[in-house]
Amino acid sequence: MENVGVCDEFVNLKATELRLGLPGTEDGGEEERQKVSCCKSNKRAFPETEKDIESTGKTKPASPPKAQIVGWPPVRSYRKNNIQTKKNESEGQGMYVKVSMDGAPYLRKIDLTVYKQYPELMKSLENMFKFSVGEYCERERYKGSEFVPTYEDKDGDWMLVGDVPWEMFVSSCKRLRIMKGSEAKGLGCGV
Amino acid sequence: MNYFPDEVIEHVFDFVTSHKDRNSISLVCKSWFKIERYSRQNVFIGNCYAINPERLLRRFPCFKSLTLKGKPHFADFNLVPHGWGGFVQPWIEALARSRVGLEELRLKRMVVTDESLELLSRSFVNFKSLVLVSCEGFSTDGLASIASNCRHLQDLDLQENEIDDHRGQWLSCFPETYTSLVTLNFACLEGETNLVALERLVARSPNLRSLKLNRAVPLDALARLMACAPQIVDLGVGSYEDEQDSESCLKLQAAIRKCTSLRSLSGFLEAAPHCLSAFHPVCHNLTSLNLSYAAEIHGSHLIKLIEHCKKLQRLWILDSIGDKGLEVVASTCKELQELRVFPTDLQGGGNTAVTEDGLVAISAGCPKLHSILYFCQQMTNAALITVAKNCPNFIRFRLCILEPHKPDHVTSQPLDEGFGAIVQACKNLKRLSVSGLLTDQVFLYIGMYATELEMLSIAFAGDTDKGMLYVLNGCKKMRKLEIRDSPFGDAALLADVNKYETMRSLWMSSCEVTLGGCKRLARKAPWLNVEIINENDNNRMEENGYEGRQKVDKLYLYRTVVGTRVDAPPFVWIH
Repeated sequence: MENVGVCDEFVNLKATELRLGLPGTEDGGEEERQKVSCCKSNKRAFPETEKDIESTGKTKPASPPKAQIVGWPPVRSYRKNNIQTKKNESEGQGMYVKVSMDGAPYLRKIDLTVYKQYPELMKSLENMFKFSVGEYCERERYKGSEFVPTYEDKDGDWMLVGDVPWEMFVSSCKRLRIMKGSEAKGLGCGV
Repeated sequence: MNYFPDEVIEHVFDFVTSHKDRNSISLVCKSWFKIERYSRQNVFIGNCYAINPERLLRRFPCFKSLTLKGKPHFADFNLVPHGWGGFVQPWIEALARSRVGLEELRLKRMVVTDESLELLSRSFVNFKSLVLVSCEGFSTDGLASIASNCRHLQDLDLQENEIDDHRGQWLSCFPETYTSLVTLNFACLEGETNLVALERLVARSPNLRSLKLNRAVPLDALARLMACAPQIVDLGVGSYEDEQDSESCLKLQAAIRKCTSLRSLSGFLEAAPHCLSAFHPVCHNLTSLNLSYAAEIHGSHLIKLIEHCKKLQRLWILDSIGDKGLEVVASTCKELQELRVFPTDLQGGGNTAVTEDGLVAISAGCPKLHSILYFCQQMTNAALITVAKNCPNFIRFRLCILEPHKPDHVTSQPLDEGFGAIVQACKNLKRLSVSGLLTDQVFLYIGMYATELEMLSIAFAGDTDKGMLYVLNGCKKMRKLEIRDSPFGDAALLADVNKYETMRSLWMSSCEVTLGGCKRLARKAPWLNVEIINENDNNRMEENGYEGRQKVDKLYLYRTVVGTRVDAPPFVWIH
């Protein structure tokens, strides 16, 4: 939920700016609103199309672009998050992989494209499954934790998360598994 | 005035349960006021800042059940910043100090802490029922306190709360001797669940009627739970994702067939479509079905399920059901009273899932329909006029056209006439949400015809202050008015200050109201709390003498008998 809060502030800046004009009229603010894209995939801005301006422009001044309007449509966050995830998956947007953790009886799904680097991903996993992954270093891998994040790559091999450059990881990761304890110790970095 | 002894009158009053009616009888005379206040069992406080705990206790010393509501409705859509208020702690502290034998607490949009829950659990020996809706601020540790200490707990109902899940053992905190559970709803918990503790709890709860699981309960566990509780009436199936085996599905089918009392079904957060058919045997008894989280199920599977549900009274669904699906609903569910159709495409740019045709079909096929929430991408005046003719019995009519300012897609006209037809035909309309392209005209109609209207939600509508004035002048029973992104300003706000004493609250955001206007209102009406919520640029507002004309981003005003609240954060200014 933290992310959503941050994004709201971002988008809100324009919306709450005090000015003496009718709501919905902007001077060049429209481009800015579209540029403000949020970190979570469920807040992607839609490009404005000419057709839309025409259809709504008949009796009103230029209507707000289809970029994210705070609190619209009036759907609770809980519901929004649930729906958006499914939608992105089915449309092939985002890169959804299943995440399982040893000992947890349920799977989760995450969108890898939402993260920019490993630390972000690890933080998210830690939050999701309530565990701590410890420090990562080249030689000893994940020190100080009994949990080890691994992934299955395109070739079906199980690799340690963090060994390859991020972009390579995102393009080759098929699913994630957070291993526990002794099983993980024997894992090399592939091949 | 009284020809009967007080005990007789009190006994008669016991049959009067609605808050409105009890408020009315308490106004008849001093004697009735006194009898009523000592005998009121259920107290309802629609705005926790309209009154304080001390005044509550002074008036009603003997109540057993308290309902409290905190944040305004638009908080659901992230329009109220974190930390605004609505804290339950002072209420629980005050009640704990008093001699009230609290048995039930129902909270909506309030901030609840683990400390509050702990205090609650320790202070009321006969505490039976906790219902939290859209609350936040607590964790599973608070739930553990409730489980551990409330020996007579019957209901623990958590609806769409933000709960910090410590993945703890709160379920195992219910003592082994505890067997009085009737309702358990933890669907909103995000974390892992102790399945063993849950199964044991369910197995020793013969009175369990309502069980709503979270997403961490897999299919085989669900089957075992249902086998333990065939008497279940209301079931939330949680995740329903079937990764591995069909054996679980078979076990589930067997368990379901035994649940002959099942009337209400929900959940399906990650549902696998093929397992939905496991529920077909019990569909003919269902009166309530909530599939609005089942985003992965294709419309056709939904329809197959609904075709069996002839007794359905309440249906919550996603618009992936389509107009065709709604036609099936219309021809199958003749007992339907409440329908909610939620959007799957939030941006409104994709496929038209449901249109005005679906709405018309429902209105034509379901004569008992009285409540509707309908998200769609297009609407026409003609359709609304037809709906009004078909269904003059609407009590709640909420239409949300996803794109703001969207006109009638056939005629390109505003939707004034359509909504006008609704308010004219539906003489019992209590709640209305309007959307699409709307001028002041629609508000003229609302003010003229919506005599019973109590709650009105307006977004991106209207042209001038006249619009808001029509509503304020016309709707005598208005209680809650919430407006966003509409060109209403100070003139409308200040026209009739006394009107707000008859209402619970007014919300206006991104409108034309100015700081000067708000200050003037506050001066004229000291019995109102006029709150200005200003998250960014805390100091800009009062600078350089333009303050009078500076627009207020969010205004929330409400009547109160206890003056300015003391717990407001710095970004809330109260005049």
